[in-house]
Amino acid sequence: MTKKQHRKTPELVCPAGTPSALRVAVDAGADVVYCGFRDETNARNFPGLNFSRKEMSEATEYAHKKNAHVYVTVNTFPQAGKTDLWRKAVNDAVDCGADALIVADMGIAAYAAKTHPKTRLHLSVQASASNPDAIKYYCDTFNVKRVVLPRVLSIPEITALNDEIPCETEVFVFGGLCVMAEGRCLLSSYATGKSPNMNGVCSPAGDVRYAQGKDGSMDSKLGVFTINRFAEGEPTGYPTICKGRFKCGGDTGYIFEEPTSLDAISMMPELLQSGVTAFKIEGRQRGKAYTEAVVKAFRKALSDYARGWPLKTDALIALAEGGQSTEGAYKKTWR
Amino acid sequence: MEMKLTLGPVLFNWEPSSWRDFYFHVADEAPVDIVYVGEVVCSKRQPFYNKVLPEVVERLKKAGKEVVLSSLAMVMNKREAKTMRELAANEDLPIEVNDVSALAHIAKRDHVIGPYINVYNEDTLQHLAAHGARRVCLAPEIHFASAKILAEAGEACNTNIETQVFGRMPLAVSARCYHARLHKLTKDNCQFVCNRDPDGLPLNTLDNRSFLAINGIQTMSDSYLDLSDKMGEMQAAGIRHFRLSPQDCDMVKVACLYRRAGKGENVAEKLKALLPDARFSNGYYGGGAGYQRLSA
Repeated sequence: MTKKQHRKTPELVCPAGTPSALRVAVDAGADVVYCGFRDETNARNFPGLNFSRKEMSEATEYAHKKNAHVYVTVNTFPQAGKTDLWRKAVNDAVDCGADALIVADMGIAAYAAKTHPKTRLHLSVQASASNPDAIKYYCDTFNVKRVVLPRVLSIPEITALNDEIPCETEVFVFGGLCVMAEGRCLLSSYATGKSPNMNGVCSPAGDVRYAQGKDGSMDSKLGVFTINRFAEGEPTGYPTICKGRFKCGGDTGYIFEEPTSLDAISMMPELLQSGVTAFKIEGRQRGKAYTEAVVKAFRKALSDYARGWPLKTDALIALAEGGQSTEGAYKKTWR
Repeated sequence: MEMKLTLGPVLFNWEPSSWRDFYFHVADEAPVDIVYVGEVVCSKRQPFYNKVLPEVVERLKKAGKEVVLSSLAMVMNKREAKTMRELAANEDLPIEVNDVSALAHIAKRDHVIGPYINVYNEDTLQHLAAHGARRVCLAPEIHFASAKILAEAGEACNTNIETQVFGRMPLAVSARCYHARLHKLTKDNCQFVCNRDPDGLPLNTLDNRSFLAINGIQTMSDSYLDLSDKMGEMQAAGIRHFRLSPQDCDMVKVACLYRRAGKGENVAEKLKALLPDARFSNGYYGGGAGYQRLSA
C-alpha cells in the first residue's frame, strides 16, 4: 500500500445546525462545515435545526466562495419501505453542490457509490467501523475515501490504524461524547421508541420532563425513567441515558459516564502525529455562539501549534457540556 | 418452510464448565433447530470457552442441531482482528457476523448476519445477500412493520429473517467495561468480575425502577423480550426463525414453551410461572418504546 501523505495541518471540520451557524463557522476559520437536511435522514434531527434544499444550495455557494467545503450528512439508517427519502437526500445533496456525503447505511452507501461515483463518500461515525478490516471493507466495496472514527480508540490504536487503511481518517476533538459505540446504541429507543439510528434523535426533547421533589430536588426524566436527580441549587442537566445517575450493584452514581464532553485539545500534538486528516467538532444542535467560539479556539490552537507555541488547553472548558471535559477513549485508561 | 427455533449465543460470562454443560443439556433436551455458540461480548473471555468449544460443537452436531459460530460484536485490536479472520476462514461451520470486519474475509461463503450489524432496510439486506448472507437476525428495535418488509425482500434474494423472541435485549456496546468501572478496576485488569452476574447486573433508576442490565462492555434491557404471542403473525409474514437468547434459567423449558407458542398456544402464564422474577416486554414490536409491555 502506498503511504498516504499526511497533512501538516489537519482539516478543521465544523458543525452547522442552521445556515447562519454555517456562515459563522466559515468566517471563523472552518475548512469544512458539515450539515444535513431537515428530516430524519441525518443524525441531528432536532426541531428547528437543519437545512432546506434551497438553504443547502445557498450554504454551499457561500462556503465555496470563501474556499471552504460542505459535507452533507445522510447518516441515519433508512427504515424498510422508506429508502426513497434517503436516496433523495443523497441526490439533492449532490445537486446542492456538496463536496462529500457522510453516510452510515450500507444500502445508502451502495446507492451513492453507484449513482454518484464522482462524489466523495465519507463513512459516518454511525457506521462504527473501528478496525482496519471493517474500514477496508467499506473502502473496497463503496469506494469510501474517509472514515470518521468511532470514539472508542486510543491514540496508539489510531496511529496503527492509519498505517493499515487505504483512506483518510477524521477524529472528533470536541463536543458531545457518545459513551456507547455510535450506531449501535438502542438505549434511547428502549426508553422512548425513538433512536439515533432510525430517527436521528437521542433522548428526544418531546420525551423529556423535569419534576420537582418536595425537598427542592429536581428529577430529569426520559419517558417514565428518572435519569438523574439534582439537589436544590445543583445545575440540572439534560437526561441523556449514558450520562445519568443510577443504582447498580450496590453503588449509586454515574454508572456509564459523568455528564462530560470530549475535549482533545491537549492531545492535539499526538493526534497530529497519528496521521489523521481531519479534526471534527461535534455540536450541530448548539447555537452559533458556541460554533464561533469553538472554531476560533481550534483555529488558533492549530496556528499556535504550527508556530511551535505552547497550547492553551483550558480555553474551551466553559463550553463543555456540564462544564466538565474528558479526553475520552484517546486515553486508554478511560476504558 | 417450517418454523425454526434458534438459540442465540450465551452473552454472559459463565464458568466454562457450566457453559459446556449448558450446551450438552441443550443438545440432549432442547427442541431448538439451530444453536449459535461463541463469545460475542468480550474477547478476554474467549480463551476459556475455546478449550471446551470443540466438544460442545461435536455434541450439538451429533444431536442434529445446525451449529453457527458467533463472532465478536466489536473488534478493536490486532488480537481481536486475528481471531475474526480465523473464524471467517473456518469452512467447517457457518459464522454469525457481528462486526463488519468479518465481511472482508468471508468472500461469498454462506453466513449469518447477527443483530449487531445494522440491517434496517431492503437495500442493505440485498447488498449483504449478494455477498452470501443467508440469514439476518434483526436488531431488537426493528419493529414488525419493517421486519415484514424485510422478510418479503429476503424471499427475493434467498435470505431468511430471524428475530429474537425471548431474553434480555442487547441495547449497546462500548469501549468501556461497566463491570470493571463499577468494581473500580481497569478493563485490562478486570479480574473477570462480570462472572459474578450470570444473568447480567440489574441497573435501576434512582427511584428504584428496573431499567437496564450491564454485562461487561454490553448494556442490555432489564426486561426480557417475549414475543411468544406474535409468532403466528410473524410466520404469516414470512419470518420463520425465532431466537431465544440464553438467560440463567431452564432454557430447555423455555424452548419447549416457545415451540408450543409457535404452533399457536398462548404460553404467557406458563412463562410467568417459570420465571416469576422476570419482567417481560414487547414494546418495540408495534413501534413503541422497547421497555413497554403491551397486550395484544
